[in-house]
Amino acid sequence: MQSKVHVQTTINGEPREFLCEPRQSLLECLRDTLGLTGTKEGCNDGNCGACTVTMDGRVVTSCLVLGVEAAGAEVTTVEGIARGSALHPLQRAFLENAALQCGICTPGFLVAANALLEAEPDPDEQRIRLWLANNLCRCTGYDKIIRAVQQAAREMRGANA
Amino acid sequence: MKWFDYAAPGSLSEALGLLERNPGALLLAGGTDLLVQMRARRKQADLLIDVKKAPELNELSLDAGGLTLGASVPCYRVYGNRDVARAFPALAEVAGLIGGTQIQGRASIGGNLCNAAPSADAVPLLIALSARCRIAGPGGEREMAVEDFCVAPGRNALGAGEILVSLRIPAGGAGFGAHYLRFIPRNEMDIAVVGSGVSVRLEGGVVSAARVALAAVAPTPLFAREAGDSLVGKAPDAAAIEEAARLASAAARPISDMRGPAEYRRHLCGVLTRRALTAAVAAAQGGK
Ligand SMILES: Cc1cc2nc3c(=O)[nH]c(=O)nc-3n(C[C@H](O)[C@H](O)[C@H](O)COP(=O)(O)OP(=O)(O)OC[C@H]3O[C@@H](n4cnc5c(N)ncnc54)[C@H](O)[C@@H]3O)c2cc1C
Ligand code: FES
Ligand code: FES
Repeated sequence: MQSKVHVQTTINGEPREFLCEPRQSLLECLRDTLGLTGTKEGCNDGNCGACTVTMDGRVVTSCLVLGVEAAGAEVTTVEGIARGSALHPLQRAFLENAALQCGICTPGFLVAANALLEAEPDPDEQRIRLWLANNLCRCTGYDKIIRAVQQAAREMRGANA
Repeated sequence: MKWFDYAAPGSLSEALGLLERNPGALLLAGGTDLLVQMRARRKQADLLIDVKKAPELNELSLDAGGLTLGASVPCYRVYGNRDVARAFPALAEVAGLIGGTQIQGRASIGGNLCNAAPSADAVPLLIALSARCRIAGPGGEREMAVEDFCVAPGRNALGAGEILVSLRIPAGGAGFGAHYLRFIPRNEMDIAVVGSGVSVRLEGGVVSAARVALAAVAPTPLFAREAGDSLVGKAPDAAAIEEAARLASAAARPISDMRGPAEYRRHLCGVLTRRALTAAVAAAQGGK
């Protein structure tokens, strides 16, 4: 009766398959089975956002998604954000604005902010803060993160103009 | 979490069959309550039936009579649907209030209701909107007013083998306004200390119907019928609203816990109900 499930999915644009127990979270599958350790575990109950990935275009906390639910879905993790060996504008802006200290929250912020900027190229500060309310940071005090997202948004708009 | 199996039936009838054959099964929608509770060992299942793939539970459709909201439609689809957000602005707002962006990518209004937390944000508004539950089970289908659905903290009125299929919310139309307000220490991502969901219908400048329901002041979301009824036949002025707010506060049966003492909660009931009614009246008058 207790058999693992074979899951076929797409991660960062590439077809992937893995075996998992139905009780395993997508977060566990990404980190422990697929070795995609960019996605972090903070709270494991949906509050901190460190485990944020996108699934079919929506940001979700992967600790509250079952690995089996990824079957047939498109998942993007922080590893899918860099453009080859070049940093994504968000990643560069986080570095330039010192928007991280310990860094455990950073992958979640990057994935969430990227989803926002893809949908809304010019969000105001209020919008950015609200969108990122599901991401907690215990180090930076948030202001630098917001500034980094604003800088990346400006650069990305410039590049697309 | 203990081992469980997983099934994602593609239809309501398949889901009902699985549930009937597996008494130890639980239903999974967005999992934002269920997976947290299973991990904390507050719930256990040998099978999770993922109901999100059944089209009946995914319906989101407007017609002249109102809105059909499938039980597992995630919050982002509610506020992301322009027609729904225009016809039911208060519902769209509450969908944008549950958790944060990531939670709203998964959490459903139906799951919020089925979880039956006294503090569930969507439930007072659903009561104010006179929503009805469509329930399917081994014996066929039945309907229930949403105010009868939650029976105790974490317990709902569903019997063995039953599934909440959808909610039916009657059209508001001209002269109708609704609003939900909650008090939380942060601006988002917190559990309501108190919530108040209200609706009013105005005809010829007079209230013809009004409903008030409260979160986090009783073992279940609380329908404060007298508070809404007190407005009927009156002009929706400050004095009438103040009286309704007083009745809401009197109906509350709050407890003291880490989120706030009972007296504070009772006071908040009045404040939030007054403000929510004022906003709902403005919406009914077409001011918003
Ligand atoms: C970080 C975080 C923040 C949150 N913030 C809020 C908040 O601000 N306000 C708030 O009210 N809640 C909040 N919640 C709680 C939760 O997100 C909501 O209650 C949500 O609406 C639950 O929906 P779901 O689809 O995830 O339900 P699930 O967790 O999938 O299910 C909830 C319960 O309903 C049952 N169920 C699901 N579908 C059906 C069905 N069709 N028929 C019968 N039973 C069913 C399940 O078995 C389970 O017991 C938060 C949760 C987290 C983790
Ligand atoms: S680890 Fe998933 S939200 Fe914190
Ligand atoms: S940098 Fe440490 S938690 Fe954000």
